[in-house]
Amino acid sequence: MAETMLAADGTPLKRSLARALRRQKLRALGLIAPLLIFVLITFIVPIASMLFRSVENQIVGDTLPMTVEALADWDPNAGTPPSEDVYEAMYFDMFLAAEAKRHTRLGTRLNYEQTGVSSLFRQSGRALDDIGKETQKPLEKLDGAWKDGETWHGIFNATNDADTDLLDQQRKRVAALTGSSASGEVNFAPDAALSNLLPRTTRAYTAWAVYTATQQGRDPATRDPWEAVATALALDLKTADLSGYTGPAADLLTEAQTADLPVPAMAGAFEDMDEDWAGATVWKTIQTHSSTYTSGYFLNAVDAQKTPDGVAWQPEEKQILLTLFGRTIWMSLLITFSCIALGYPIAWLLANLPMRQANLLLILVLLPFWTSLLVRTSAWKVMLQQQGVINDVLVWVGLVGDGDRLIMINNQFGTIVAMTHILLPFMILPMYSVMQTIPPSYLRAAKSLGATNWTAFWRVYFPQSVPGIGAGSILVFILAIGYYITPEIVGGTKGVFISNRIAYHISSSLNWGLAAALGTILLAAVLVLYWAYDKIVGIDNVKLG
Amino acid sequence: MKLTKTLLATTALTLASGTAFADGHMASDMTLVSWGGAYQASQQNAYVAPYIENNPGVSAVWDESSAEAVAKLRAMNEAGSVTWDVVDVVAADAIRLCDEGLALEIDPDEDLAAAPDGTSAADDFGDLLVSDCFIPQIVYSTTFGYRTDLVGDTAPTSVCAVFDTEAYPGKRSLEKRPINNMEWALLCDGVAKDDVYDVLATEEGQQQALDKLATIKDDVIWWSAGADTPQLLADGEVVMGSTYNGRLFAAIEEQKQPIGMLWDAQVFDLDGWIIPTGLSPEREARARDFIKFATDTQRLADQAKYISYGPARASSAPLVGQHAELGIDMAPHMPTDPNNAKNTFLYNYEFWADYRDDIDAKFQAWLAQ
Repeated sequence: MAETMLAADGTPLKRSLARALRRQKLRALGLIAPLLIFVLITFIVPIASMLFRSVENQIVGDTLPMTVEALADWDPNAGTPPSEDVYEAMYFDMFLAAEAKRHTRLGTRLNYEQTGVSSLFRQSGRALDDIGKETQKPLEKLDGAWKDGETWHGIFNATNDADTDLLDQQRKRVAALTGSSASGEVNFAPDAALSNLLPRTTRAYTAWAVYTATQQGRDPATRDPWEAVATALALDLKTADLSGYTGPAADLLTEAQTADLPVPAMAGAFEDMDEDWAGATVWKTIQTHSSTYTSGYFLNAVDAQKTPDGVAWQPEEKQILLTLFGRTIWMSLLITFSCIALGYPIAWLLANLPMRQANLLLILVLLPFWTSLLVRTSAWKVMLQQQGVINDVLVWVGLVGDGDRLIMINNQFGTIVAMTHILLPFMILPMYSVMQTIPPSYLRAAKSLGATNWTAFWRVYFPQSVPGIGAGSILVFILAIGYYITPEIVGGTKGVFISNRIAYHISSSLNWGLAAALGTILLAAVLVLYWAYDKIVGIDNVKLG
Repeated sequence: MKLTKTLLATTALTLASGTAFADGHMASDMTLVSWGGAYQASQQNAYVAPYIENNPGVSAVWDESSAEAVAKLRAMNEAGSVTWDVVDVVAADAIRLCDEGLALEIDPDEDLAAAPDGTSAADDFGDLLVSDCFIPQIVYSTTFGYRTDLVGDTAPTSVCAVFDTEAYPGKRSLEKRPINNMEWALLCDGVAKDDVYDVLATEEGQQQALDKLATIKDDVIWWSAGADTPQLLADGEVVMGSTYNGRLFAAIEEQKQPIGMLWDAQVFDLDGWIIPTGLSPEREARARDFIKFATDTQRLADQAKYISYGPARASSAPLVGQHAELGIDMAPHMPTDPNNAKNTFLYNYEFWADYRDDIDAKFQAWLAQ
């Protein structure tokens, strides 16, 4: 019996209404879309990608893929260095990485975990060529044809079946290593038969060809492969059975095999480069930190570290970050409370003075806002230092002797004073705008009903101003825990914050993983405190005006 | 008509303006990165102004970001848009940038000008070519200055005066990082100069250095900006403090403060150029052209007219003249002057590249105790 209501154009009213609402929503979304996209691209994405670095650890596997694989079976606690296979994998990995100038980057990364790896990698990268030359030279002496890039290309380029898997694999390896695309024409495909017969050489030659073609833009057919390929050939020829081989340059290969070329003993060769390679420590470091994603940075951020035997604390003399986290939060709370204490009376005055005076006062509050942060901080130095204004006045008045002037800067006191001053406007302004909305008649009504001044303030006025305090506190606290310029300048040794360490790791040590982990923890701490605040005070009780 | 004429004239001028445009393969503007202040001004006067005079049509913009150059270059490189052409960094940063693949490798004999007497650039710079990517510009030193009126009758002559709070009471300022301080501490704790880094490579040695620093911990104001020590000295906050020698020169000679130089155990360090990787061929060519000009013998000697840092080329030293404004001889104010360089230290780049993070963590933890 209930007829569907119809709109003027005959469609059901319900549908018509829904359509109109949807259109309205879309229009609203369209209006905020530019801002949304802007915030997404310039704020959310960079922050997310920065935070992602705290767990990312691809660099080890990308730079030393074969070594990581070979090391997987090694027992780090056996007390012996790994087998010859690992050294061999390391040689070929490191050779390509050194050609691409990526080995030093890995050295820097691993140096965060093990002091000395940085120069070990840098020097070994330079010395690697010598190992290869030991085999390349006799090979070229044996037959001049080996000096010719076309000889190599003729042997390894596919005549019948191509080993496309190997080619793809080496493309991926080069792409991961260099961080750039390794697609494009290579003018080479590894021969499947040779790939079985001389696996190391084919792989080394393919890696070289891909690198040469895609990264240097040169034709591998006409160029001489690097020393590592000759080394690989010498290694392969020790065991290869060439009897059935009839492909190109079979006589050359047989000649090389019968010549019994010298093969470097890799473990010994690495030890000659640096004795650290002969110990287990470096290998332990590589093995421990070889996973693609790591908890290592987060552990470092809380004064712990990853070891082959699991998680352990950092040595005591290096523990500092937890102390700094605690200090940052404690001092930020202190700064927030001193801002409340100083800001509340001013905000009350602002809200209750006649317009003219209130405006003047407001300008005085805002004035520091318009001054450079550095100038304000430096001004505090002039005020607070031992030969500064305040001490001079105190000495002049006779309150303190010239010999024992007060130490008010380069410590926690200096940081708290300077930061309270700098953050005060962020407390006063929200308080002021909330207090402005409290009708003065409420106070008068309370008093006329018999309340004392204190009761009227505490029971009537104060509860209504709490949302302003809440808003100001959140602003000041969150700004305070992220501050680093002011603590750096006036904080001395005991007044610096965790953000000073973050700045150090971002700009000096380049340990962005650790910086990201510290930042993530700081962000999480803020969110937890925000949640606690919501539980205790209620976030609805926050007003900016 | 008039416009066409002007255009033609400009084109003719540009074409005539030397090699830079003859081949037409160089970008016409550069962004140079430096430290700002008097140092950057000296570079502007000694290198950039004459370069632009020789190459009209080229413009140069400064970016005062050298202090954060390593981090910013890495970020730019990851974002795939490097906006800097030539970057002034200290040698330790250059090594880091080279390791990270963020700086171009340089072949000194090919890319840099030979000395006027024909000595190759590699020989002229000598040991100062501490990294494959680094083109040295100046030698500066971190050394101590003291208040002549606050040190009593006997002015300090040894770096160990810093650790002698009885003879020289009062505060000292030291840089808020382990580098240099650890070396000085060991030197004054009886370690021979040649053994300092061997000792510092051991945990006991690091502890020894920190223990020595602990004897003056309460008397130290730690600085993080080069301008801090001159200000602290000028205000009488400290009786002595470490900073870069050029800052002390400015305080003494330009601002006439009662400050003396304690050259003993000064630590030599280098500052120079790098060219970032990832530039377009035109910009890279321009950067190389500029570097070749800006690091030739005369240009390096010219810079010493404006600031008291020693030129990095051996062949520039005899050409160092007088200060452009003060008119005083600059040679005696150079850290490399024989009178000042009786007892010196060269920043050990290899050592600190390895140990910086480890010792810094210990140092900061020690500071926070």
